[in-house]
Amino acid sequence: MKYTEDHEWLRVEGDLVVVGITEHAATQLGDVVFVELPEVETMVAAGDEVVVIESVKAASDILAPVDGEIVEVNDKLALKPGLVNDDPTGAAWFFKMKLDDMSVLDTFMDEDEYLDLIG
Amino acid sequence: MTDLAQNGPEETGLNRLGLHDLHVGLGGRMVPFAGYAMPVQYPAGVMAEHLHCRAAAGLFDVSHMGQVILRPKGDMAALVAGFEALMPVDVAGLAEGRQRYGLFTNETGGILDDLMFANRGDHLLVVVNAACKEDDIAHMQAHLADVAEVLPVTDRALLALQGPLAETALARLVPDVAAMRFMDVRVFDTLFGALWISRSGYTGEDGFEISVPDGGAEGLATALLAMDEVGPIGLGARDSLRLEAGLCLYGHDIDATTSPAEAGLTWAIQKVRRAGGAREGGFPGDQRILEELAEGPERCRVGLRPEGRAPMREGTELFTPDGTPVGKVTSGGFGPSVGAPIAMGYVAAAFATPGTALLGEVRGKKLPVTVATTPFHPTTYKR
Repeated sequence: MKYTEDHEWLRVEGDLVVVGITEHAATQLGDVVFVELPEVETMVAAGDEVVVIESVKAASDILAPVDGEIVEVNDKLALKPGLVNDDPTGAAWFFKMKLDDMSVLDTFMDEDEYLDLIG
Repeated sequence: MTDLAQNGPEETGLNRLGLHDLHVGLGGRMVPFAGYAMPVQYPAGVMAEHLHCRAAAGLFDVSHMGQVILRPKGDMAALVAGFEALMPVDVAGLAEGRQRYGLFTNETGGILDDLMFANRGDHLLVVVNAACKEDDIAHMQAHLADVAEVLPVTDRALLALQGPLAETALARLVPDVAAMRFMDVRVFDTLFGALWISRSGYTGEDGFEISVPDGGAEGLATALLAMDEVGPIGLGARDSLRLEAGLCLYGHDIDATTSPAEAGLTWAIQKVRRAGGAREGGFPGDQRILEELAEGPERCRVGLRPEGRAPMREGTELFTPDGTPVGKVTSGGFGPSVGAPIAMGYVAAAFATPGTALLGEVRGKKLPVTVATTPFHPTTYKR
């Protein structure tokens, strides 16, 4: 698993990259009550706002971590947004991306580096 | 993820609550609010805290609010008349041992603050919003100097215990609170000092607000929190609870530009202060306020129920189905007990009827929302 400074995790699954948010991020957000997912077959650039998460208190954005195509989204989150709090690194993945160049993943933090970041 | 930088709020320059260390010890996440470091939530989280308060009892530290004693310089009647001249509210008719909701208004009929005031026999006790308290104290000093001493209470904490089991919990420490009715106020001598208790709150639930001497506050809070029924509740759930109860938050749903009639607070204006009443008018902004009571205001505060799951937050613009702007949201979020997004806002009077279909613009998309009655969750005051 790789991690971004924006508290997202990236997991390689075949030729796709699965994206979600870390346990730390989910805890900071609080109870998630709504998730707005992107359309599939959308081309995105790193830094684009692709997902909106609403907790009881506030709205936050999830940014695309890399350039690529959104090929699948987790529709379960529309009905069960609380999954983001219950299982952020498992059942509550947000979307899957197809990348032109998987080697870009090497630039992200590994688990030890991420744990250092959040102290 | 963006917006995650607030996990270590800048506390420099913030006032600390007397119970600050207790909140930190309970795992409270402290954030700046109205000049104070306040617990926004505890480890249970906003949703669980909200639901706990509705199911059992929640303890809130609201010591940031302003407690002010108005003590007459001469006779009480002159103080009552002076205080009544600041509000479109019946002060003279409030019996001893009772509390009432009030509104300071300005010359243009806007609301300077909303507040609670109690008749305690030989003086009045006023509780005002934290963000307004300096202005409120100056306002009262400016207008009441001849008739009253305006005495901010600075050596007491204010706790709220709210929920269906609040009476059960508090009666273990102060048995006679069980006999109090909604908006009664009484003083009880206890081992925590003299408690000034009112049967009131701001959650829509039955409950109490308890003014306790600083020296007894930690003992009282700890004794309550040790009970199975009682859990600590942060500002986050305080906001979702009051929103479900349809109650206004000053600075959001009401302010110096909104009048009592626009805000739907005409229930707070007793007949005696209205046109034809024995003490008609005679308060700041009376011309506009009485006119709006007779004619109806141009815009109205309404409840709003978004149709989908997306919350409509403060600032969301509202439109008719054909796209004409009609107002905006002043408070909005998710109602944990309702199980859906809820909001309040102002719309032109023609669109204020419950059931009216409108659109709210969320992130560039116009989504359906329906004007609704408030409260969103039934209130359970012990009348």
